[in-house]
This record gives sequence, structure tokens and C-alpha cells, in this order.
Amino acid sequence: MVRVIGFLVGLGFVGVLAYSLVIGAIAFATEEEAGPTAYDYHKYARDVSFPSDGPLGRFDRQQLQRGFQVYREVCAACHSLEYVAFRNLTDLGFSEAEIDAIADQWPIQVPTIDENTGEETTRNAVAADHFPLVYANETAGQAANNNAYPPDLSLITKARSEGAPYLYSLLVGYQDPPEDLPEDLLPGTGLYYNPYFPNLNLAMPPPLFPDQVTYADGTEATVEQMAWDVTAFLIWTAEPKMEVRKATGWAVLIFLIFATLLAFLSYKNIWRDQKH
Amino acid sequence: MSFPWAEQYTPKNPFMKWMDERLPLPRLVYNSVGAGYPVPRNLNYFWNFGVLAGLALVIQIVTGVVLAMHYAANSEIAFASVEHIMRDVNSGWLMRYLHANGASFFFIVVYIHIFRGLYFGSYKAPREMVWLLGLVIFLLMMATAFMGYVLPWGQMSFWGAQVITGLFAAIPLVGETVQQWLLGGFAPDNAALNRFFSLHYLLPFVIAGCIILHIWALHLPGSNNPTGIDVKGPQDTIPFHPYYTAKDGFGAGVFLIALSIMVFFAPNFLGHADNYIEANPLSTPAHIVPEWYLLPFYAILRAFTVDFLLPAKLWGVLAMFGSILLLFFLPWLDKSPVRSGKYRPQFKIWFWVLVVDVLVLGYCGGAPAEEPYVMISQVAAMYYFAHFLIILPLISRTERPLPLPNSITEAVLGKDKSTAQPVAAE
Repeated sequence: MVRVIGFLVGLGFVGVLAYSLVIGAIAFATEEEAGPTAYDYHKYARDVSFPSDGPLGRFDRQQLQRGFQVYREVCAACHSLEYVAFRNLTDLGFSEAEIDAIADQWPIQVPTIDENTGEETTRNAVAADHFPLVYANETAGQAANNNAYPPDLSLITKARSEGAPYLYSLLVGYQDPPEDLPEDLLPGTGLYYNPYFPNLNLAMPPPLFPDQVTYADGTEATVEQMAWDVTAFLIWTAEPKMEVRKATGWAVLIFLIFATLLAFLSYKNIWRDQKH
Repeated sequence: MSFPWAEQYTPKNPFMKWMDERLPLPRLVYNSVGAGYPVPRNLNYFWNFGVLAGLALVIQIVTGVVLAMHYAANSEIAFASVEHIMRDVNSGWLMRYLHANGASFFFIVVYIHIFRGLYFGSYKAPREMVWLLGLVIFLLMMATAFMGYVLPWGQMSFWGAQVITGLFAAIPLVGETVQQWLLGGFAPDNAALNRFFSLHYLLPFVIAGCIILHIWALHLPGSNNPTGIDVKGPQDTIPFHPYYTAKDGFGAGVFLIALSIMVFFAPNFLGHADNYIEANPLSTPAHIVPEWYLLPFYAILRAFTVDFLLPAKLWGVLAMFGSILLLFFLPWLDKSPVRSGKYRPQFKIWFWVLVVDVLVLGYCGGAPAEEPYVMISQVAAMYYFAHFLIILPLISRTERPLPLPNSITEAVLGKDKSTAQPVAAE
């Protein structure tokens, strides 16, 4: 009985699927060739590597400091870094005094209340604060940016499927639209063509220009260099525990391989006179 | 416990004797995973995966309890509290990555465990209850994992919750009401997040309870084995301890090495980038996909594209739930008296087709809902249902099984003679 019912149910599902398949196949076969879409002009991220790549990768402190400088002088005008605190900058090799100064001089103040009146006011940031939000809320951010809210950058390298190389490619990828680009894919008002962006047209104006920042260590501030540095910095903001994670991983693996070897030997020893 | 020749527990010191008379807990352990449980001597490495699944559950509960101490189930701050765990909690990143990847590894070992049961006929009499309880555990795992994925309150959390609870909206007449009842609102929000957290904390302990029943039901007939034939006498078995505890210890080591490689060197490989974007009800991700371990079922859901008597969406939902429910009837669908696929030449071929079929379904479930993936998943879904409901019942009548060995011991010794390689027999 179970098998008779099962057989009928099976035939039912297979039949409906076959029907769907035939209809889908006919639609697929008779479908008219659509014109080029954004997909045809989209480019995958460039092949770019970072010192933090791979199981042995570590951050380059000098690079992170340069990247932070690019963030502070360029990106921070619009993009927040909500989940990172000033105190975290010790990871980049800054001293406590330097961090206090960075926080104190940060152009955006931190909301607080007046101790005497209880009224809302602002104060200078301190090392314990997270980076203050650029806009009071998302609507304010949209209003100031042609209706496109500049995303928070704390997690950006983990929040894009192509990761850090995507971010780098986007920063260096602004260009004139190709001549054969269909009209409906051309950038509209306030949009900029960038083939690394999924729909090709990005609301962010090209942010980097040669020599936009002056690096303290004398590195030449080309667009590629600044993009590479700030991307490395944003790998750190997304995954600040990466170095301790990899170091722990090696210790754990060495221990586990040794322990598993011992477990294997004791298994073989216990089973030595058992036929199995 | 299971066989008359099982070793009996004898307390070695006065305290254990005192204990055994009042609360025979040591006896229970001895009879379950000690020398008191005789096990077929010929189990291969695929029999490690039950214990590994138990280990995975322990890892999930331990890391999960710690995470719950720092996580805030409130839609305003849930996402930020996860970042707090990643950045400010001591070793919080380790707990979270272990928990997220541990869930994936739990499913990997359980899928291998299920396919081992399918190949060697472990679902057949007298082990039907073991199989049914295992399926209950599998369903509970899927519910727990889905609700856990909602907790970080990222984009995939939010939209996954929307899509999965939306499945219930396909039920005629009452669907919308059921979805609102499940979510506690018209869309996923704080009410949904809170109840998912509550249930996500509860269900693992229900799973643990079902595992106890699963093992209890297993220990009455005893473990199946690669030949699928019954244990005939003491010469066919060896005690669980020390033989299989030693083998499981080695298996656990290999499992932990694989898990560690993912946790420490590729912790986000199995996750989805969009879940590092905070949930935004106003912005729908380009492709909403569940976690990888639910993708085969997601492909079956999406394979139904045409209304036929019922709306396509309802067909998809029925088929998706049906694809798991039919497994509950498997012991009565496959009537072949031979358990092990080793001695079933036709079954063996169809079994491997099924393995490939499920992998294809998984791939299509992760692909965008466009051609040719939809057509491929339609063919694969057809095979999935045909395999269990049409092919297995038919071949269990027509197939001529190969001759079975007379006993496990004969199978073991016979292989020794023919190949002269004891290791290969393993």
C-alpha cells in the first residue's frame, strides 16, 4: 500500500516537473536574443594581492598607517567606520598619545548631553569612542549625496563577494564608458561609469587623484598606491583579529596533527591482532 | 545490552558498587559506549560519522552558550552585538567562527552519515526506528540552523527569514495568517528575532534528547555493518571500548583538523558576503540564497515553475517538504531483503546516481534562477523523486542480489585470503 501511494505521488511530482521542464524549454528555445545587458560590460575584480593574504599573511603596519591617512583625508568625508574605535588604532602602531590627538582632532564630534542642563550637545572624541557617524541618520546621508547613502566601511571588504580586490578595482576602475555601450546603460546625472560595479554606474564620484595625500614616509601617492593602501586598511577594519587568528590556527593545527598521529598509532596498536 | 555475550559491568571498588546499586549511571555508560556494547568487527570509516555528529553537536552547544552570553537578540543592536563579539570579546572571534563553521561541519558529517545509512541499508528492519529518529534529528537541525542564521541580523538573515516563512504563505486560505503568526508581524522584525533566538537555544537540547532515543533504538538490534548481514555469534563482534573508541578518537582528530583549517584560515568561505551588511527591509539582495546545506531542497522548491491545478509555488513547497517526508517511508518502499548495497548490483548504480543528483541539485540551488539552471534542477528533482518512489520499489523486486557471505567473520577472513592485504579490508 505504501508503495502504491508512493508510486502515484512520485508519478505526480515527476509529471508536474516534466510539464514545467517542457514549458521552460519551449520558452528558452523561442526566447528572442536580448540586447547587451550590464552583465556583458561588467568586469571581475583585478588580480591584486595584499600582505595579509594567505595562511602566513600579516598586516604591514606602515601600509595600514598610510591607508588610515587616505581614509582620514579622503573617505571619512562621507563614509563612517561605525564598528571601529579610536583605541583600536594601537594595532596600526600608533602610540596612545597619537591616538588621543587623532580622536581629539577628529572633525566630527560625538553626541552627548550637557552635564548641567541635560541638553543635547557634542564633544570632542576620545580614544574610547568609536569613529563618529558622518551623518545623523541614513536619510541625512541620502539627502547630502544625490539619494545614495555612502555605506559604512567597517566591514566593507567582507561584505562584498569579491572582497578586497573588488574594492581596489572599484577605486582605480573609473573610466569613460566604452563607445558601444547601449544608451540605457550610460551613466545618468550624478553617476559615474565603473565596470567593476555590478550595474556599471556608481553614485560615488572618483575619489582619488594623484598626490591627493602627502605620505609621511615619502611613498609616492599614485591612485593605485592610495587605493591599495586604503584597501589594506579596510581589510584590517573588517577583520582586526586576523593575525591572532592565523597564529592561533598554526598552533592548533600543529597540536592536532600531533594528537591525531598519536590517536592513529594507538588505534593501530589496539587493533593489531584483530581481523577486520 | 544487545547480545547475550556482552560483557557485564562489575564495579571494581566499593564506591562504584554502592553507586551501581543506587544509580547505575556507570553501568549505562559501560553498556552504551564501553566494553559492554558488542559491535560488528568489520565497520569501515563511514561508521565514524555518527560519533562525529555527536562531537559537532557538543561543539555547537558549548560555543553557542558562550556566544549567547554576549549576543543581544534585539533587532536594533543584534548586528552590532555580533561585531562586538568579533572585536571586543576575548576570543569572541574564535567562538563565532567555530559556531558558524561548526554548523557547516555538522551538516557535512550528518549528510555522510545519512548516505552511509542509505548505501548499507541501515534503515531496514530491525532498525526502522533508528532511521526515523535520525530523520527527526535532521529536520530539527535544519530548523535550528535556519533560525541561527537569522540571529546576526544581516541581509541574508533578514531575507532568508522572509523567504522561508514565506513558504508557509503558499498554504491555501490560511497561509498569510500562518506566516504572520510565525513571524509575529507582517515582516521579520524584533518579534521574529526574539522567538528565533529562543527556539535556536531550545532546539539543540531537543536534538540531544532525540540522539539519546536514536542511540537507544540502535543498541537493541546493534550496529549494522558493511556486509549488512546479521551478527551470528561472539566471533563476529568486538567490544566498543577499546576498539571503536580508539578508532573514533582518530576520526575525531581528522575532523578537528578539517574544521580548524576552515575556522582559522577560511572562516568566511562557507558564508555569504551579504550577511556582513546589516538587515535592511528596503533593500533586497540580488540573489537570496540559504546556507549551502539547504541548497538541494531550495533547488527542488524553485524547480516548479508552472501552475498545474495548484499554483507553482504551492507545488514547490509540497515537493520540498515531500522530498524529506518521503524518507520517512523509505524502510517500506525498499523491500529488498538484502541490506548492503555491496551485494545489490543495480541498487549500487542508482545510489551513486542519487549522490551526483543531490550534488547537482545543491549546485543549482546556489545558482541564479535562470536557464539553464532551472531546467537542470527540474531534471535533477525528477530523478530525486523517481529514485525513492519509483526506482527503489521496482528494483527491490526485479534485482538479483549477489550471494551473501555466511557470516561477518567469513567475510572478513575470506577477504584476507583473496587479497592478502588486511589494510585493504579496512
